[in-house]
Amino acid sequence: MDQGIPLFPEAASTMAGKVDALYFFLVAVAVFFAALIFISLTVFALKYRRRSETEVPPSIHGSTPLEIAWSVIPLGLVMIMFAWGAKLYFDAYNEVPPDAEEVYVVGKQWMWHIQHANGRREINELHVPVGRPIKLIMASEDVIHSFYIPAFRLKKDVVPGRYATIWFQATKPGRYHLFCAEYCGTGHSKMKGWVTVMEPAEYQAWLSGGVVGESMEAAGERLFNQLGCNTCHRADGTGRGPSLVGVFGKPVRLLSGETVIADEAYIRESILNPNAKIVAGYPSPTIMSTYQGQISERGILQIIAYLKSLSKEERSQ
Amino acid sequence: MDATPINAHSGTPGEPIRANYLNVNYGLKSWLLTTDHKRIGILYLISITIFFALGGIFAALIRLELMTPEGDVVSSEMYNKLFTMHGVAMIFFFLIPSIPAVFGNFLIPMMIGARDVAFPRLNLMSWYIYSIGGVFTFAAMALGGVDTGWTFYAPYSSTYSNSNVALTAVGIFILGFSSILTGLNFIVTIHKMRAPGLTWFRLPLFVWAHYATSLIQILGTPVVAISIVLVALERLLKLGIFDPKLGGDPLLFQHLFWFYSHPAVYIMILPSMGVVSEVIACFSRKRVFGYPFIAFSSLAIAVLGFLVWGHHMFTSGQSVYAGMIFSVLTMLVAIPSAVKVFNWTATLYKGSVSYQAPMLYALGFIGLFTIGGLTGLFLATLATDVHLHDTYFVVAHFHYIMVGGAIMGYMAAMHFWWPKMTGRLYPEGWAKFAALVIFVGFNLTFFPQFVLGYLGMPRRYHVYPPEFQVLNVMSTAGASILAVGYIIPLIYLLWSLKYGPAAGANPWQAKGLEWTTPSPPPPHNFERTPVVTEEAYAYESKPYPEEAEVV
Ligand code: HEC
Ligand code: HEM
Ligand SMILES: [Cu+2]
Ligand SMILES: [Cu+2]
Repeated sequence: MDQGIPLFPEAASTMAGKVDALYFFLVAVAVFFAALIFISLTVFALKYRRRSETEVPPSIHGSTPLEIAWSVIPLGLVMIMFAWGAKLYFDAYNEVPPDAEEVYVVGKQWMWHIQHANGRREINELHVPVGRPIKLIMASEDVIHSFYIPAFRLKKDVVPGRYATIWFQATKPGRYHLFCAEYCGTGHSKMKGWVTVMEPAEYQAWLSGGVVGESMEAAGERLFNQLGCNTCHRADGTGRGPSLVGVFGKPVRLLSGETVIADEAYIRESILNPNAKIVAGYPSPTIMSTYQGQISERGILQIIAYLKSLSKEERSQ
Repeated sequence: MDATPINAHSGTPGEPIRANYLNVNYGLKSWLLTTDHKRIGILYLISITIFFALGGIFAALIRLELMTPEGDVVSSEMYNKLFTMHGVAMIFFFLIPSIPAVFGNFLIPMMIGARDVAFPRLNLMSWYIYSIGGVFTFAAMALGGVDTGWTFYAPYSSTYSNSNVALTAVGIFILGFSSILTGLNFIVTIHKMRAPGLTWFRLPLFVWAHYATSLIQILGTPVVAISIVLVALERLLKLGIFDPKLGGDPLLFQHLFWFYSHPAVYIMILPSMGVVSEVIACFSRKRVFGYPFIAFSSLAIAVLGFLVWGHHMFTSGQSVYAGMIFSVLTMLVAIPSAVKVFNWTATLYKGSVSYQAPMLYALGFIGLFTIGGLTGLFLATLATDVHLHDTYFVVAHFHYIMVGGAIMGYMAAMHFWWPKMTGRLYPEGWAKFAALVIFVGFNLTFFPQFVLGYLGMPRRYHVYPPEFQVLNVMSTAGASILAVGYIIPLIYLLWSLKYGPAAGANPWQAKGLEWTTPSPPPPHNFERTPVVTEEAYAYESKPYPEEAEVV
């Protein structure tokens, strides 16, 4: 409270400045129209105040040119708002840079579990390097949460049953609020933490310090064997299921004739609801049973990381 | 004014007692079994005032808690129940019924020269349905409350919440029928019962606004009723509809809910817009500028309002292309709202403006609605909404519209038609003072919340980071002023029932058929069916309409 009344949030990502510019445009338009209305109302109310009880003002029905003017001019302005906002929205949600570093986030009542690719875990804290694009792959264990970093002007709901991805590039080292923005029950207002933006070298040191357990890939591989996936999915393709080497990110032909890209959502669905999409050449209903209830969202993310690594290995060979 | 004993309900001293809707018969039974649209309006007035007071108490507790960043007044469970019950009471049980059920009921038949609504018994049934819904919801609150937020987002509401979701859902489901039946009644009444000569384009804009509102009520309400029932079914029978663990889709709930609830925000604001048109015309002594544009903009809002629900879901993970379509459509719906504001402002031009209490409230409406609408554009713009969604900016936006707009309109209506409804005048000085207190208190309460929202304070937060405290304290201070502003009218209006001077038929020298009857109106409104020969608001035709041009 010692800084007096805060009026404007910190801006610490490449998106923040762009959103602020749009915001200032909106403020300018809003102030202009609000002033126009308030001043006209005041001027008219004073200038045309009732001076005698018997006065009869002229009868005015309206004016079509005026009606057109005050529909078309605002229409033009709101279309600018729309186009500008849509451009930034698309960049924020859809244009993930291909070299972005992936971090996995799981929301559950009432905390954020975060795991970096090398296995470093944190709770209600997110450490990221400055100047590098970061992609968050987020899932929820229970209800809807929303991952919100005001200083980055970025938020995305984390809806159970599907992955949410966002990306950002921090521009300024510092500590920034991390909030859950979607009401999620009793502890909603306590589901918050900090994003720490660090210089890259510092970040590397942080990443390898602390208790680094096994990496996401290694944990995924362990689960893959523990749950018996490897009995059917052998690397050489001799199992009862297809080999999963090199599957991630590639098109898969389905029994239905469609082709889908094997992305995170597809892998997740294959594990939890294997009958939804059956690979071409395999029987329907599938012999793979569902793992619903036997594996956590975090576990699925680890398996995904493992399958991704199998794709990378294949590419580099 | 002196309080010379005047004849209980007739108006002028010494006149023989005239039968009016209040004195034709007495006793609780005569009220509970009435089919008179005017009495039903009064029944609603009493019921919604109870819910308004209840919602107000919840709001006071919320603001008290937010004075400090820590959670020190109530627990998190309690806080979550408070904002949920505040929203449920205010939106479903106060604001949605408010103007239509009270003033629409009272005035639409009188404005169109009819003796009653088309289906008087159905009208009474609507009030009973409202009351039964109210009892269920009230029971849910008394038995421990509900904590899902007024939006009931699944799967929290359908699987995880441990509060009285099903009971509340039943209450709101029942309530919905009351809204549907009232809408139906109004539509038939407006189509079928207009006095001879009262063509569509001679109707007061209040009637147009209620026509548009009724359309939304009958088309939209069934959808919210269904979605709330689906939540209850998923809770009780574990049917997989919204919870992905049961094979459902959480976003389906949001689509269904907002398909109704966005149009419902127009159910709350359109009637107020109708009121403002009447009041501005009367206190400028001028016809409303651009009558057909205001009339059609109501219909445009009613239609377009059904196509924009996805603007509540820009961050939910719906496809970015869907987001863009909903954004552009939301921008379009802002235009008819802007058109109305411009036309009201232009109505004052070259008018004969006086500033009695109803006019002050109406001017307040225009100013605050303008801010509410303009900030809606910030939320309709995709990139800014990503930042602002689910923050206090949204809270400020919709309170500017719903409290600054809709309730200001409700207060304008109350002060404008109170003399007609009760036959009494309230003390004008107090009324102006209250209008000012409400205006100041309102802005102090809600303007800081825009700033809080852009700073990033999420809504529905029981505890919050300390740097947000100053703005929250301002908001709480404003809320206490606002509370005083609402209590003052409650006192002087009740006072006026007994001590207020007689109002006479037309204290504002207003146009409109309702003002041609004595105050309070006789049981069947008109001695003879009026015949209308002129447009609405023909203030130039005869400066002092003692009796309008009726035969
Ligand atoms: C009983 C043998 C069996 C087991 C055990 C099994 N699967 Fe499968 N899986 C299959 C078969 C058969 C298919 C192909 C048909 C289909 O799409 O369901 C398949 C398909 C898949 C696919 C889609 C592959 C593609 O090429 O598109 C993924 C991903 C997958 N399984 C992951 C797993 C994981 C992870 C586990 C362990 C948790 C697992 N499976 C356990 C039999 C099995
Ligand atoms: C004039 C044009 C308007 C525009 C462009 C507009 C736009 C929006 C948008 C985009 C949102 C979603 C914000 C978010 O959740 O991130 C929103 C929320 C809301 N608006 Fe408006 N709005 C307008 C008018 C109104 C009116 C007339 C009302 C009511 C009478 C209203 C009531 C609400 C409510 C209740 C919410 C929030 C509901 C909730 O999440 O609890 N708005 N508005
Ligand atoms: Cu939350
Ligand atoms: Cu909406």
